[in-house]
Amino acid sequence: MIPSLPLRAKGLETPEYTVRRWTRMSIWGTSGLGVAVVVMALLPFMVNLSVTYAMIDFFILLLLAMTWNMLAGYGGMVSVGQQAYIGIGAYAVVVFADTFGLNIIVTILLAAIVSAILAFPISFFAFRLVGGYFAIGTWVLAEVVRLIVVQFPQIGGGSGVSLAAMSDLPKELRIAFSYWIALGAAVIVLVVCVWLVRSRIGLALTAVRDDVTAASTSGVRVQSVRRRVFIFAAAAAGVAGALVAISTLRVQPDSVFSVQWSAFMIFIVVVGGVGTLEGPIIGAIIFWALKQLLADYGPLYLILLGIVGIVFVLFVRGGVWGAVSRRKRLELFPVGYRFSRSDKDGSKQAP
Amino acid sequence: MNLLEPIVQGILLGGLYALFAAGLSLMFGVMRIVNLAYGDFAVLAAYGSLVVINVAAVNPLVALVVVAPLMAVLGYVLQRTVLQRTLGASPLPSLLVTFGLSIIIQNALLLFGSADQQRLSLGAIDTASVELPFGVRVGVFPLGVFVLAVILLGILSWITARTQYGRLVRAVSDDPDTVTLQGANPKIIYGVATAIAFGLVAIAGVAAGIQTSFSPSSGSMLLIFAFEAVIIGGLGSLWGTLGGAVILGVAQTVGAAFAPAQQILAGHIVFLLFLAFLPNGLSRRKVRA
Repeated sequence: MIPSLPLRAKGLETPEYTVRRWTRMSIWGTSGLGVAVVVMALLPFMVNLSVTYAMIDFFILLLLAMTWNMLAGYGGMVSVGQQAYIGIGAYAVVVFADTFGLNIIVTILLAAIVSAILAFPISFFAFRLVGGYFAIGTWVLAEVVRLIVVQFPQIGGGSGVSLAAMSDLPKELRIAFSYWIALGAAVIVLVVCVWLVRSRIGLALTAVRDDVTAASTSGVRVQSVRRRVFIFAAAAAGVAGALVAISTLRVQPDSVFSVQWSAFMIFIVVVGGVGTLEGPIIGAIIFWALKQLLADYGPLYLILLGIVGIVFVLFVRGGVWGAVSRRKRLELFPVGYRFSRSDKDGSKQAP
Repeated sequence: MNLLEPIVQGILLGGLYALFAAGLSLMFGVMRIVNLAYGDFAVLAAYGSLVVINVAAVNPLVALVVVAPLMAVLGYVLQRTVLQRTLGASPLPSLLVTFGLSIIIQNALLLFGSADQQRLSLGAIDTASVELPFGVRVGVFPLGVFVLAVILLGILSWITARTQYGRLVRAVSDDPDTVTLQGANPKIIYGVATAIAFGLVAIAGVAAGIQTSFSPSSGSMLLIFAFEAVIIGGLGSLWGTLGGAVILGVAQTVGAAFAPAQQILAGHIVFLLFLAFLPNGLSRRKVRA
């Protein structure tokens, strides 16, 4: 279960070194989250419909925030244009479910695939720009996607379209069904994020973020690594859009292509802790709770979000998770490396 | 179809975009900050003039004399208190803070004003037009804005090329640490650059408010146009920015001549073509980000 890598030096009476990735903390953290997922899967049987419905929103925000964190926190690609793929995903569900009559699960997978395929050519435009101009560039690209989508009267043009495919299901069943899909999608995205950060891609990605020149001289293929993560984030945003479509049964271009999605993702990641896997989860809980409490206040609520976000960037740069784990290094996921020395007799010593 | 008229109007529209782009370009050139709230500050200035007009019953140009210095002061204070803290190797903090400011400004304007479209008026000048050679009629006001843009860009490029402050700006843009060793304070240079950029954005915001209408949410579009002009023109070149703004303006008006609803999309497409085939823009200069 615990992967370890023995390093031996030939012919020398040196002790044996082992590299561990799991710690007691991450074993507890990961299994705790596993239990939480099982409990959440049973939630539709335990709470009323409005809570279940609100939780769909939570999972949509969570998977958007986790993937935005991969882009910006791990990859240094600050995108303000993920709403392009949210819109593409939402429209993909409507087209594949209503026009072609495909199964709803299949349409969600197709939403991810279509978003990923479109992200490929888009990335060539976006990657011409770096840093701050990359941010506005992705925004422009999202606007271009929106302006093209509203050209087609077949999918409602500028006024939007309703999803007919799931409207004949009873409301309770439809919402519970959407909830499980959303939960499943969030878990899959989380697992992929953990795997990415653990893998060579994650290592290469952070190397590129920290110093492009050093990374490329060390043999990292900069654009290829960036592009893979960009496409993964697009696919996840496509799934988020698909979830919006099946939970609200309505797709309006001004709302699915709204830059406000980017604002929400950014807020969640900044408040939770940018560049950590735990941060977006904590940030999503905080944001979701604030939304349930304050969303009725409209502009005032958004002003508050803006102020809180700025205060975190200026004074709590690591976010909530960074503040919590500042003293003692905490990790809920097995992504770090632990180096320890064990002597020939097998007794272990601290490094 | 007579394309001469849309082309001339596009060139003049480019003057307005150049006014926007100059400040964005200046802040990026000096501090490597991309101000995502830039368009919203323009809208804020337009609303500010609206308030001055309603209180003092003056015309928008007089209001601008009050608003532009106020915006410059706001820019200086904002740079010294907030933006200065976000400077560093990573562009992330400054992007996040300016995006937060953008949301705050938009929603504050919604809260204190309304979502309606507003417009500033100069009276008869709004609709006055003059006839140029070849029978092209253009508005007096857009023509005035274009001339103003050329004059202001000229002054700005004279400042950066010839004055002591301009030398400091170029030095600090290359290497702030060495400038500090020589006894200058980069923070003040940054503050003044932001003040100039905010003064420019106030002028641009009021000009846009007279030429077209504005609402609390129109800042994003202004930011995007300014950005497109900067990229088409090429980073780090003021005259390139003017060229980029003119190309964007012409793309939009010519696009609108063919399909009236596709004005903005036409501009975006020309921008994407430049990004794909001429990523360093008209000036062809490579600039580190």
